[in-house]
Amino acid sequence: MVNITINNIPVKVAKNATILTAAQKIGIKIPTLCHFELDCFSFEHRIGSCRICVVEVEGRRNLAPACCTPVAEGMVVKTNTLRAINARRTSLDLILSDHPKDCLTCEKNGDCELQRLAGEMALHHVLYEGKMSEYKLDLSCDAIVRDLDKCIMCRRCESACNDIQTVGVLSGVGRGFEAVVGTAELMPLKDSKCVYCGQCVLACPVGALTEENHRYHVWRALNSKDKHVVVQTAPAVRVAIGEAFGMAPGTIATGQMVAGLKLLGFDKVFDTDFAADLTIMEETTELIERLKKNENLPILTSCCPGWVKFMEHQFPDLLYMPSTAKSPQQMFGAIAKSYYAEKLGLKPEDIIVVSVMPCLSKKYEASRKEFAPNGIRDVDMVISTRELANMFKEAGIQLGKLESREYDNPLGESTGAGVIFGASGGVLEAALRTAAEWLTSEELKEINFTAVRGLEGIKEATVPVAGIDVKVAVCSGLGNARKILEKIRRGEAQYHAIEIMACPGGCLNGGGQPYARENSSILAKRAAALYKADEGMPIRKSHENPHIKKLYAEFLGKPGSHIAHKLLHTTYTPRGDVCDA
Amino acid sequence: MSCCDCKGKKPNLILDFPDKTEKLNAFIDALDIGLDRDRNRGFLIECLHEAQNLFGYLPRSVQQFVADKLRLHLSEVYGVISFYSYFTDKPVGKYKISVCTGTACFVRGAEAILDEFKRLLVIEMGETTPDEKFSLGTLRCVGACSLAPVVMVNEKVYGKVTTKIVAEIISECK
Amino acid sequence: MIDSVETLKQRVEALKKEGTAATRILISMGTCGIAAGAVPVLEELKRVLAERQLEDKVEIIEAGCIGQCYAEPSVEICNAGSGSVIYGGVKVHDVGLIVSHIEDLAPDMNTVEKTWYYPETEKNTRNKIQARIVLRNSGRIDPEKLEDYLKNEGYQALAKALTEMTSEDVIKEITESGLRGRGGGGFPTGMKWNFAAQQPAGRKYMICNADEGDPGAFMDRAVLEGDPHAVLEAMAIGGYAIGADTGIIYIRAEYPLAVKRLKIAIKQAEENGLLGDNIFGSGFNFKIQLKYGAGAFVCGEETALIHSIEGKRGEPTFKPPFPAVSGLWGKPTVVNNVETYANIPAIIRSGAKWFRTIGTEKSPGTKVFALAGKVENVGLVEVPMGTKLRDIIFGLGGGIRDGKEFKAVQTGGPSGGCLKYDRLDTGIDYESLAAIGSMMGSGGMIVMDEDDCMVNVAKYFLDFTLDESCGKCTPCRIGNTRLHEMLERICEGKATMDIITKLKNLSYAIKDTALCGLGQTSPNPVLSTLANFEDEYLAHITDKHCPAGVCTKLITFKINDNCVGCTLCARNCPVSCISGERKEKHHIDQDKCIKCGVCYQACKFHAIDKL
Repeated sequence: MVNITINNIPVKVAKNATILTAAQKIGIKIPTLCHFELDCFSFEHRIGSCRICVVEVEGRRNLAPACCTPVAEGMVVKTNTLRAINARRTSLDLILSDHPKDCLTCEKNGDCELQRLAGEMALHHVLYEGKMSEYKLDLSCDAIVRDLDKCIMCRRCESACNDIQTVGVLSGVGRGFEAVVGTAELMPLKDSKCVYCGQCVLACPVGALTEENHRYHVWRALNSKDKHVVVQTAPAVRVAIGEAFGMAPGTIATGQMVAGLKLLGFDKVFDTDFAADLTIMEETTELIERLKKNENLPILTSCCPGWVKFMEHQFPDLLYMPSTAKSPQQMFGAIAKSYYAEKLGLKPEDIIVVSVMPCLSKKYEASRKEFAPNGIRDVDMVISTRELANMFKEAGIQLGKLESREYDNPLGESTGAGVIFGASGGVLEAALRTAAEWLTSEELKEINFTAVRGLEGIKEATVPVAGIDVKVAVCSGLGNARKILEKIRRGEAQYHAIEIMACPGGCLNGGGQPYARENSSILAKRAAALYKADEGMPIRKSHENPHIKKLYAEFLGKPGSHIAHKLLHTTYTPRGDVCDA
Repeated sequence: MSCCDCKGKKPNLILDFPDKTEKLNAFIDALDIGLDRDRNRGFLIECLHEAQNLFGYLPRSVQQFVADKLRLHLSEVYGVISFYSYFTDKPVGKYKISVCTGTACFVRGAEAILDEFKRLLVIEMGETTPDEKFSLGTLRCVGACSLAPVVMVNEKVYGKVTTKIVAEIISECK
Repeated sequence: MIDSVETLKQRVEALKKEGTAATRILISMGTCGIAAGAVPVLEELKRVLAERQLEDKVEIIEAGCIGQCYAEPSVEICNAGSGSVIYGGVKVHDVGLIVSHIEDLAPDMNTVEKTWYYPETEKNTRNKIQARIVLRNSGRIDPEKLEDYLKNEGYQALAKALTEMTSEDVIKEITESGLRGRGGGGFPTGMKWNFAAQQPAGRKYMICNADEGDPGAFMDRAVLEGDPHAVLEAMAIGGYAIGADTGIIYIRAEYPLAVKRLKIAIKQAEENGLLGDNIFGSGFNFKIQLKYGAGAFVCGEETALIHSIEGKRGEPTFKPPFPAVSGLWGKPTVVNNVETYANIPAIIRSGAKWFRTIGTEKSPGTKVFALAGKVENVGLVEVPMGTKLRDIIFGLGGGIRDGKEFKAVQTGGPSGGCLKYDRLDTGIDYESLAAIGSMMGSGGMIVMDEDDCMVNVAKYFLDFTLDESCGKCTPCRIGNTRLHEMLERICEGKATMDIITKLKNLSYAIKDTALCGLGQTSPNPVLSTLANFEDEYLAHITDKHCPAGVCTKLITFKINDNCVGCTLCARNCPVSCISGERKEKHHIDQDKCIKCGVCYQACKFHAIDKL
């Protein structure tokens, strides 16, 4: 331990602490901007480039950046001297001098760290005005918008893309005033190997990275006279949307969200959890088949479009491994435009399927060619949790004040197995519940597979199922997925089944969720809420979902049938470093 | 810097010059390249030097080739190319004119020399004439300060340059 | 193969016995010499010697830079008995005459005075201003011949260190010598080595920073081109001291000659056992490899340099951790620059005590400066620390060219400051320069005269910083851009008085907050010109006038009544903006005029005023 004083207050901190963490310990807040820490994933972006956190250290020639200056015995720190405050104001002034001031119309309005900082530091005008960076707005892809004019070079996105996700699309580009974070040759994101996980969007403190906003399309659909508009909501949305309305993190707001969606004017409000149960039926069938034949193992889950695209770009040699089952979102769309349409006597093109997803990659997934048979998309539009919250606000819907309502049928009925899809480990746990019963034909007594729960990036377990020791792994975060896949490629690891989610922690930390920023305790609360929702469900195994049973009886036959394959399965395409190559 | 126009036709030097590609391939294969990306990255700059020596510049096809060989992301390679002034992803002219703007040359009138080149070639700094004959750039001190101001055309050094002889230098390039 | 101190001794004795020719002709074949035309002179010399059948009696040595750049191409004739004479500005047609007078002085030739002595072997009896330690071999030996280096005490220091001294002894000697980093920072070299030596044994690296990027400094290149073995020897000594077996020279790709000579030197050293395994039978192994820079001044900063060797963008990172603890590939690493290394062999050979007899108490030894700009004698000078600026500029530099008035001297490159006449009697060392708002830097020394506008000079240096900033931290990326914009406004006559305060405040903030040395020192040219030449700033701001007549937006060319209508100006004008009938007063169209000044220079009747 080391003794230092900050603003004359003595504090004892660990040897490897920084001035910033030492100050936090005694309740002194030093403003930061480029610094980004996610302690639940042991990740720290400590670049020290914005110079917002500079403080005075006795005996030091210049000011010290608090975020990366380690403490030393006897150090005397002053955070609020005129010199430090002036320097911080100058750094902020300079950043603002090269930043558009269209805050009122910025997508990140209200969620912007720079805006908040300017407020806290009460900077009322920019002293050092001058030329500003000018780049072309990148609207190329359906998921993420990059407005480099707003980039403040904190490099948090670069770190998310490379260090956490190892996707490798973003890099520092150019130098000097022209330095910016960008793709190779500043190519449009669409041409790159971006997987649209949106972790960069979550990391970006300003409006340089945002989602491609599809709210307006949804409003238009809702107001169209001759279309039947249905919505599906992904599992992780219900445990996060409340945050946008001042509810405590971890609040399960399912019923109120359904009520809100009905108020918006959706003809039917359905649940992606239903499709998640359907996914389990198909994927587990495939798992059992591969286990029995002992081939093409391990089976990798394929619910996550970011992960699928990552695999296509970076592991094209292993494309036989992922399950061919479509993701729940796309299964929902396919069923809505076939089975459901038939029931209603509507043509597929008369139904508009809207998804509410915790994810930005889902926007891309819905636009993939494979998922538009005869040119008619299975899922027409995708909005994120954040966009739904905005729509609610725009419509004057106060979520907390609504009476809970139930999902509609037939595509709204789901099980506890479906809801845990939103947390890392959930898909695998749901599959194990079904696989165990199918293989043994006995009722499973302990249905909680806690070994695969939690926010850790890689979880491994051996689960005895019907006499087989099934070796499973769960990874979240593409960097962790890469580690496991490289091991498999080198023949150093053997598994039967692996669940992979692109975002660290799973969908609950998806790129479309309300900004949790550095407050990673929020993620644990969202996860806990999902498992609580599972506990509260009367049915907790996918194959026991009565509407799923009915769907197979009336329409699909049995899992893995010809029609199931046609509607519920897909193929993968090997891709290079550049999409258009 | 602006977004590239990806619709435009891109030369693929790797396919168009198989002999040069083979040389680059052999150069990289002779290095101690392995599975460790971090270690491989240590060879990136020398690979780019070699590639630029061979091809003259580093368009995307060449960047991608080097990236693949070293198991690096294209973005990392571009990030490095765009950082170092020695590397260029644009074709350069047959005559690369570099006006020294080191301090000694500066105080002896390098700015005026540069302006005269710009005026006569009708291009700006860092640009190449449409006929790809001349590129204009600056460099910082060739260490011939006694001859200031100095202009280099490819490998040739011109010393004590005046605005008057700029036209002569250009006409010497045939 | 030199595998022991004994074989080294025998080899040197044998070389000395071979003897030297009665006459040796040294010709400077550094980049500057070659640029000035040394190659044809050398060829002519070879031809003449062959023609006169003198090849056996006269030995030609293609040496490195002798430092007298203003006198290139230069040829030095050394006669065994009668000493030497240096001819400067030698033309091809002079060669015959020089050879004819090989034993005496060729008439009507420009000779160059030797203004230096070699403190390791000579006493300064004639009060020479220069003392050559770093440049001791440059221009005296053939850098491509190991034998030449060996004959001049080469590798004696390494032999001594490996066989007579422990690692601790070496570090102690370097520490006691007081040698400080010559790259600009002035950090004590011994202390740096000690930090690295104290790290747990294992892989460590000894790096030589040869990415000289200061615009107007070229001493490192001169050493690498003129005496490459000295750097290799020093790096091996350093490797022994800190426990590193790998040395890396990070060199500018734009220095092809230096690269070539280093490659030759490394090969020679390896072939002779002076690098490699078990050097001098001591059990110490050391290898050196070359890594190339790619044009980034910021890579002079050690963390940026290390990132560049690792193949990354050369962006500096925050220290700590210091490279001595966690450097290249996370291993303890020492980074020193070429000039620092070039001092090491002399210190080991002659001792810390001897080294301390040169220079000042806090800054012992010498410093090489690249003296350039408006002085008569441009070149490299190596002077003891503490030498007065006046002695360098007016003594060695021969004063200001063309009889103009001295205005300022800029030291320290883009990080340094501009000093005026009242500082000419300052004895220069690290502290004294910092105290007057400049710095040692890597040793650029640019002299300016009355024709230089100091606001424009400040703008020039910021221009450089902007170009070379990595763009990582806010103050350097945006702050310097804003400083530059303010200076531009001043030079265009668009500024108001409040700009002075803004310039100062922003400069201090940048110095206080920038991440690395490049950013922290970048406002120095602004602050020093503001301190010393505020009147020039005021003239631009309040009078919209550039006193030196440099800032084109603020000058006007007008034709006065002296005009005789000779039409010379009109014919020379590049934009044809001068009109007038023959034998009548001409007129300049101010809207078209680009203020290039060609007419002003062309006019023979003083008929054009620059206002």
